[in-house]
Amino acid sequence: MAHFTKATSVKDWLNQRLAIDTIEKVMGSEYWIPKNINFLWAMGMVLVITFVLLLVSGIFLLMYYQPNIETAFYSVNFTIMRDVDFGWLWRHVHGVAASVVFLIIYIHMFTGIYYGSYKKGREMIWISGMLLFVAFSAEAFSGYMLPWGQMSYWAGMVITNLFSGGSLHADGLVEWIRGDYVPAQAFLTRFFMLHVLLIPLAILGLIALHFGSLRIPHVNNQDGEEIDFEKESKRYLNGDKAGSKVMRFANDFMSKDMMVVGVYLIFFFYLVFYNYGFAMDPVNFDPADGLKTPAHIYPEWYFLWSYEILRPFSVDIGLIAFGFAQVIFVLLPFLDRSPNTVAANRRGLFRIWFWMMLINMIILTAMGKLPPSGIYSTIGFFAAILFIAQWIALPFITMFEKKV
Amino acid sequence: MENNGRRGFMGKAFGAVAAVGAVGSLVAMKKSWDPLPSVKAAGFTTLDMTIYEENQLVTEKWRGKPIFVLKKTAEMVAKQTEKQKARDIIIGGSHYMVSIGLCTHLGCIPAYNATEQGFLCACHGGQFDFSGDVTKVPPPRGFDIPPFKIDGTKLVLGEAGPEYTKMKETGITL
Amino acid sequence: MKNKEPLILAVVVVFSLITYYLVEPFAHHVLHKHVESEGFVYADLPALTKTGNVANGKELVMGAGACTGCHAVEAVGMPAAMEPQMAAASYGVNPPDLSNAGAIYDAKFLADLIKNPAHALKVAHKFDATKGQAHPMAPFSGAGGDIEQEVADMVAYLQSIAIKPEAVTPKIAFENACGRCHALSYEKWTQLGEKPSFKYKKDALAFDIKVLEYEDSLKAYMGKLPPDLSMYIRSRGEHFISTLIENPQNQLEGTAMPRVGVTAQTAEKVIEYLEDAGDTKRHEREEIGKNVMIYIVIFAIFALLWKKQVWKELH
Repeated sequence: MAHFTKATSVKDWLNQRLAIDTIEKVMGSEYWIPKNINFLWAMGMVLVITFVLLLVSGIFLLMYYQPNIETAFYSVNFTIMRDVDFGWLWRHVHGVAASVVFLIIYIHMFTGIYYGSYKKGREMIWISGMLLFVAFSAEAFSGYMLPWGQMSYWAGMVITNLFSGGSLHADGLVEWIRGDYVPAQAFLTRFFMLHVLLIPLAILGLIALHFGSLRIPHVNNQDGEEIDFEKESKRYLNGDKAGSKVMRFANDFMSKDMMVVGVYLIFFFYLVFYNYGFAMDPVNFDPADGLKTPAHIYPEWYFLWSYEILRPFSVDIGLIAFGFAQVIFVLLPFLDRSPNTVAANRRGLFRIWFWMMLINMIILTAMGKLPPSGIYSTIGFFAAILFIAQWIALPFITMFEKKV
Repeated sequence: MENNGRRGFMGKAFGAVAAVGAVGSLVAMKKSWDPLPSVKAAGFTTLDMTIYEENQLVTEKWRGKPIFVLKKTAEMVAKQTEKQKARDIIIGGSHYMVSIGLCTHLGCIPAYNATEQGFLCACHGGQFDFSGDVTKVPPPRGFDIPPFKIDGTKLVLGEAGPEYTKMKETGITL
Repeated sequence: MKNKEPLILAVVVVFSLITYYLVEPFAHHVLHKHVESEGFVYADLPALTKTGNVANGKELVMGAGACTGCHAVEAVGMPAAMEPQMAAASYGVNPPDLSNAGAIYDAKFLADLIKNPAHALKVAHKFDATKGQAHPMAPFSGAGGDIEQEVADMVAYLQSIAIKPEAVTPKIAFENACGRCHALSYEKWTQLGEKPSFKYKKDALAFDIKVLEYEDSLKAYMGKLPPDLSMYIRSRGEHFISTLIENPQNQLEGTAMPRVGVTAQTAEKVIEYLEDAGDTKRHEREEIGKNVMIYIVIFAIFALLWKKQVWKELH
């Protein structure tokens, strides 16, 4: 047994039992961050803050929401929006944060791709991040079911139908997922369970993994410089704060994180109060009706690019393309054969690849919402082909990249 | 050495026993996700076919989906082609069009026009004739026909009878 | 090395805005037909050429076999001939009480409605007299004199008994213009009026049954049950509702919904009522929004100052 002495202070008492000094060092004051990084490195903190907003607002919504197909719509639109004091605020925060979190995730992802932050020892950061993306997608989809509006119902119908596997006609699997032939009570209650318990648990675990995966390779920097953290941190601790290439996470980088968070929250609350329509689709303010299809069925904006990859092809090829799009990002660290861990603009062909990928995904996103006919359908088709072609080409264009 | 090997073996054996338990509980979990017996029982709908009037579309409900039932007039039966006739369900000498009332394009519910004896889908302009066969794209095919079994003057939806199996085999419905 | 952050920020913002533009304003422009409001002028209806005489109008409206055969005029003590669900069983929908019609509806519309209901209501595609589909409201074919004068008299009388147009509240506007076909359950409104709170369950159920009977008649008359409008302000938005009220055929071609012929002012009141039902906390949202924005700017300024202080030593 360890030897305990009479505590001299509360802190000392805790320290003897929990080693809080060590924890503080490991997590904050001696968690070293390179200095040559820009505000895009604060997106992780922005995501943490957004996740907290989702969690807190979700807890309050949970107190009045009723997962019953007869009362769900009413409990959301009447009880929460009208009766509960500030209920509307929680709902708007929850709805807007659920949408904005994906904007930040995409920025975070493309930052990683641009600066090569998935390479050489950082593969697990990327993979755990992509798993988080999948978990957030599942969380967003299951949450979208809960108000039981027209878009909830029909998105649930269309997306679960994907599991029939096209010509395989695996209707049994679809019915197993739904617990019914159509989305009904069993469907709503199980998606409620997924949304408030199982997926959040998975997300919390994945966040821990994502953070843990950063410890050994350390955060990347914008110049792709390999920093001797051991040496630089000693330099910092010896008093040469300005000369050292690294800084403490807390409070050094955290103060910058908070500055970015401040600016972000101005944007976020502007959306919550004045421009929430993009995150709360009008169609979903009509109660679910299994006998009436909305004129246009489309997912939320952050799923549009993969939805568009599904759409322009015949059923089976579409599903294969869709499946391809879902997993291909995870494999990025292995498809990029280049030895360079530097910004894309110093990487020859990859530079073109990066900007084309970004623009093409925006095109896919736009086409995914428009009706699948005429010119939009054609554009969507070629954009989907280009998306797949780019990924197939990636190993070849990076293989011959010169070492910078 | 022998002890170590034995411990190694017992460790693996314990792992195997634990895995059996885990797999066993997965079976229970899978089963709990299955549709409930009450849901499955509601998967069958029996229609009394004697109550329908000629050229009057009635929308029934089966597994949460709309089911179109249209009793054809003698004039309709007389003028229809072999292809249209193949889709008929014949009960007590009367011809019926029974199908899932969802446009095969994107699942909207088309409306029936009794004077023109055809269906129009308001969503993307698809058209169907009184037999439920497609007459104007975008729908890729006519209305799907639900699995049915003829039982005297009654029609059981959700169960595949010989007439349905034949339709499926000849590719009249999916 | 020069600070690249402004450039990076610009790139992030530009790509985000392009995506937003394509997914929201542009997609909506493509997905939804745009209908311009005509300002509730009802240009297709003839202007009133005569000045109405109230006393004469009273006789025409209240006279035997005239309007009051079907319509109540509670304002002057004329009750409805039958209960609403019975009236609906006969006419398809309960004929409106005319007490405030003069304040709610446009005068040109009222005049045209009296002479030719299916035309004024823009439901001629449903009620074609030549095919034997008469509109349940019988057209007024004159009482022997100049029909234009008589109609003007009737309109003048209706305007004289109605409350002042300024006194039309959102609730009155909604109940008159929309409430006989549309329920508004979040405001406890049924097509038979506001649902009272009953002491006994039996009475509550009896009331519900009357509503269901009424709705059945309505369903048969309209083709389908007109929707509950509780959340329409969020699901359709102000512009759609306003242009739909002005001329339903513009937004939903072939719809069974009649043009209700309200004045621009009434339409605004209806919208306000729908906002009260479906966007109840909008004032609070704006108020709180302002305060939160002010606070969060202060938050950001303090964060910035903190960062400056911490980073002074790092450079």
